[in-house]
Amino acid sequence: MDPATFFAASRVVIVAGKGGVGKTTVTAALARAAARQGRRALIVEVEGKSGLANMFGADDLGYDEITLADADEAAGTADIRARTLTSDEAMLEYLESHGMSRVAKRLVSSGAIDTLATAAPGIKDILVLGKVKALERADEGTFIVLDAPAAGHAITFLRAARGLLDAVRVGPIHNQAVEVMELLTDAERCQVVLVTLPEETPVNELVETAFNLEDQVGVALGPVVGLYPARPGLDQDPATAAAQAGVTLREGEAEALAAAADFRRHRVQLQTEQVARLADQLPLPQLRLPFLFGAELGPAEVDLLAATLVDQLAALEGVA
Amino acid sequence: MSVRDLVGSAEVILCTGSGGVGKTTVAAVLAVEGARQGRKTAVVTIDPARRLADALGLDGLTNEPGRIEGDWTGELYALMLDTKGTFDDLVNKYAETPDQAERILENRFYKNISSALSATQEFMAMEKLYELHVEADFDLVVVDTPPTRNALDFLDAPGTLTRFLDHPLYKVIMAPTRGIMRAASIAAQAFLRTVSRVVGSEVIEDAIAFFQAFQGMEDGFRNRARHVDALLSDAVTHFVLVASPRRDTLEEAAYFAEALADADIAVSALIVNRMHPRFAPSLAEAARERADTLAGSAIGDHYANLADFQLIASREEDHLEALVGKVADAEIVRVPFLRTDVHDLAGLEALATYVVTG
Repeated sequence: MDPATFFAASRVVIVAGKGGVGKTTVTAALARAAARQGRRALIVEVEGKSGLANMFGADDLGYDEITLADADEAAGTADIRARTLTSDEAMLEYLESHGMSRVAKRLVSSGAIDTLATAAPGIKDILVLGKVKALERADEGTFIVLDAPAAGHAITFLRAARGLLDAVRVGPIHNQAVEVMELLTDAERCQVVLVTLPEETPVNELVETAFNLEDQVGVALGPVVGLYPARPGLDQDPATAAAQAGVTLREGEAEALAAAADFRRHRVQLQTEQVARLADQLPLPQLRLPFLFGAELGPAEVDLLAATLVDQLAALEGVA
Repeated sequence: MSVRDLVGSAEVILCTGSGGVGKTTVAAVLAVEGARQGRKTAVVTIDPARRLADALGLDGLTNEPGRIEGDWTGELYALMLDTKGTFDDLVNKYAETPDQAERILENRFYKNISSALSATQEFMAMEKLYELHVEADFDLVVVDTPPTRNALDFLDAPGTLTRFLDHPLYKVIMAPTRGIMRAASIAAQAFLRTVSRVVGSEVIEDAIAFFQAFQGMEDGFRNRARHVDALLSDAVTHFVLVASPRRDTLEEAAYFAEALADADIAVSALIVNRMHPRFAPSLAEAARERADTLAGSAIGDHYANLADFQLIASREEDHLEALVGKVADAEIVRVPFLRTDVHDLAGLEALATYVVTG
């Protein structure tokens, strides 16, 4: 498919997955990829984590938008902005915009609203998603990437609207839920990207989540993050390989090289099995992002991952 | 104190850390070690991955400890926390009449807060730990804490509900039945109208019914919360911080450590999971240099591979270094990333050996 189509077609992309699977990495790479395609990107972070800003060489994010990368007209790239959007902030903004500014701070800081909001499950999620919807409306040309809450929260987060429609049958919150439902179920406006690691437990969880969400929202992609790039030479025994190349190994070196090769081969095999199992259980276009041994994710690495994403999107067949 | 001694002497171990770092696995590993040291041990897990749950015999939601047989001199029990079930048990325990208990258990507000409120999950994890420690007579209870954004949420949990009972809102809700002056009642109604515009009037009605049903039980709950709180700050309780060696999760762990220190809680051990192996003491640069000179050959691939692992291993060590100073008195345990993943009892036992020998 043409990567430009993907970034033009989706206006809100929600990146979901368990904690530690690389959600934030994929969020950053998707935004970067959109910007490379000339599409302005806005990253919305809902957990106030610091990692994302670091990936663009910036400091912490806040409720106010900041620019993470400027547009470069010569290179044809657009800018990337980012902001946080926590449920407390969304709640405050909601209260203030509904004529309750006087009590808003007290309600939020006392925790009373927290308990009551929990008694109507999903209310905070609706306020967050409602705000995302407002951002989408306000800024039609922008590709919004939402780094969704970790853990099992992704499902409750995305299902909040439906649940709330039953609990709150009239009033502004009800209307908000209706509009959020419209956004989530409209594949032309919103898509979900489910991230996983190529390991047994994360793959199981991804499959479970995908089926749980099936009727609620459209799942567009299932990127697998952290694949060890293959090194074909590792199949050969290091001592033999050294002899062939006329290299003399130091004492203990052959053993160390063999152990490292064995480890990598074994991990690559496990990863390959898991990727195949995922493809087997979930008919979803797969993108594969490499494990970066450098471990430090900065702008250059995000750019590399973005380029990989664009290449892989281009190679996908029969996906609209 | 070494982890071996810690597991041998502590009565309660709380595993804390952010999501996705292997907290549940570490909790299970410590419990296995407890049983190997001859202790009657229970591990409370929150949301174990399927295969680990299978390994621990936790198929289905069991809120009572189930015994796990294995090659050890002690006893090992595991259970998966059922937040609502634990809350229901508490309600049944403190209700003055079966009728009162039933009215609460049937209330919609109760059903929602007992399963959906994150503070409830934390409170019930602590409640379960207290119950196992005091009433079920375990030598050692290991608890996997729920993943939270705020490190101290679970410590705070016993206080959250009691604070709510002391909260002006609760008093406001209860005002009509408590005969407070009419003026207060008008203010109360205005307040409730405001809140109901946000959460819907049905929620308010349910809440009022819940608190009315709850009347008379507050003292029992408050008392219980005080005891749970006391156990958490008792010397028999130890905190283990679990992290993975990535920069972001170690930064979160550092934040956890600081928050715990602010609350005067010492971290007894820092367990860093899945650290990449180095394979040889040499430096990554040396291997990389050889890989570059020999590029294109099989032995070049071998050196490049070694360099990859040595590079990430030293990066991980650098990230860890920044945290070590913040948990100066803690035993630091580096658990290697293994060539296979751990999801059975044999795997847990193998990991336990790494964890106790350091």
